[in-house]
Amino acid sequence: MAKLISEGTIELDRGVSVYSCAAAVGKMESDGPLGNCFDYAAEGAELGLTTWEKAESTFQQYAFDIALRKGKLIKEDISFIFAGDLLNQCTGSAYGLRDTDISFIGLYGACSTMAESLAMASLFADMRLGEYFAAVTSSHFCSAERQFRFPINYGGVRPPTAQWTATGAGCCITSVAEKPPYVKRVTIGKITDMGIKDANNMGAAMAGAAYDTIKRHLLATKTTPDDYDVIYTGDLGQVGTDLMCELFRRDGIEIEPKHKDCGLMLYDREKQDVHAGGSGCGCSASVLCGHILPQIAEGKLHKVLFAATGALMSTTIVQQGESIPGISHLVEISDTL
Amino acid sequence: MNISKKEYAQLANRYSAPSKLYITVPKAFAIGGLICCIGQFFTDLYLMIGNDIDTASAYTSITLVLISALLTGFGQYERIAKHAGAGTLVPITGFANAVVSPALEFKTEGYILGTGAKMFIIAGPVIVYGIAAAFVYGIILFIISLFGG
Repeated sequence: MAKLISEGTIELDRGVSVYSCAAAVGKMESDGPLGNCFDYAAEGAELGLTTWEKAESTFQQYAFDIALRKGKLIKEDISFIFAGDLLNQCTGSAYGLRDTDISFIGLYGACSTMAESLAMASLFADMRLGEYFAAVTSSHFCSAERQFRFPINYGGVRPPTAQWTATGAGCCITSVAEKPPYVKRVTIGKITDMGIKDANNMGAAMAGAAYDTIKRHLLATKTTPDDYDVIYTGDLGQVGTDLMCELFRRDGIEIEPKHKDCGLMLYDREKQDVHAGGSGCGCSASVLCGHILPQIAEGKLHKVLFAATGALMSTTIVQQGESIPGISHLVEISDTL
Repeated sequence: MNISKKEYAQLANRYSAPSKLYITVPKAFAIGGLICCIGQFFTDLYLMIGNDIDTASAYTSITLVLISALLTGFGQYERIAKHAGAGTLVPITGFANAVVSPALEFKTEGYILGTGAKMFIIAGPVIVYGIAAAFVYGIILFIISLFGG
């Protein structure tokens, strides 16, 4: 059964599989370099619905439904759902999953929610508290924009450090170990405040949290970056990536050759106007469910770390002049048990 | 953490590339200037058809606001503004965009609590401090006039 091997790091020694996964994304994401790997790509951002919030919930619903279908499951097979998103009071999840009739645990980890929910779903699977568990998360550019920044049609200019909230959702269904990918260990992040106050520079606010969590995981498991095929971070973007690599360099650890950031993978920054890269729960969720997990299942990747990153802020608190705390949760995924 | 907050702030600053002013400033100048030229064109047009200068100026403002509101509604204004920056923000077209965009965006919350309440969410401060500045200006002018200014 799951055991604590170090501060915040838990080993799942009974074996847990990511049994099925699915990613549903918007137009811009499907136009990006990973465009072909998603299970559902929308033609537009609104999905023909009347509000952005409805669209976000629907993306989440699609991801969940497709993950069930791919695993040949019905919703009655799922014992618990762990879900969260960026909207106030996590309504994207609550409304997206309200018709599921499954025990629901709402989570908020900002953009780190994919790793947070997958960690929880894996722990529950390891504790055998049922047969199948779902981890779902989403974000939507337009619903995030109107909540955190400006109306969509407002002609404001974004600085180069700003990131683009991804439109999309991801769903992982965990189970007892049946087939790869397997979830081996998780490290739960600590709230890490680097003193950054600029809400247009989330990468800088979150880089410290990613560094802290990955470092703790490496220490707890007595491994180095070379032991992994890839170390993924959620949505540090270019600025956060540079900063995190620099923090590791100060410890004499060269992480750069092994590191990839989902925020930099999802879009083509040369052609798509996303400034420092992608962000949002849906960014790391869609890259994990559409690209990383299938690669492990196919045996193209063997051992990876997935450290999604989140900025735990609200517009109110930022306007009050507070700095932005970051968090990063990590899941170690492997193709061998 | 292996770094102090102060040192991290310096590091963050180093890795956070600023806007490329040599591109953004000339673009803002050119597009902002173009909007002014269009404004001048309308003023001349309204003068030509027999209006006095005050009426022609008012008509010009109304025309520019209308064009800006339409472009905002069709989702084109922000595409121009992305390149123009202050070039589209400073002229009256920017003000129109700042009012129309929240009016449209928050329509989903209804005409009262959405459009009505949120319409001035961006332009509100401009109006508040614009009126406050006019008030202060008025007082200064009044005091000067007392001394025979």
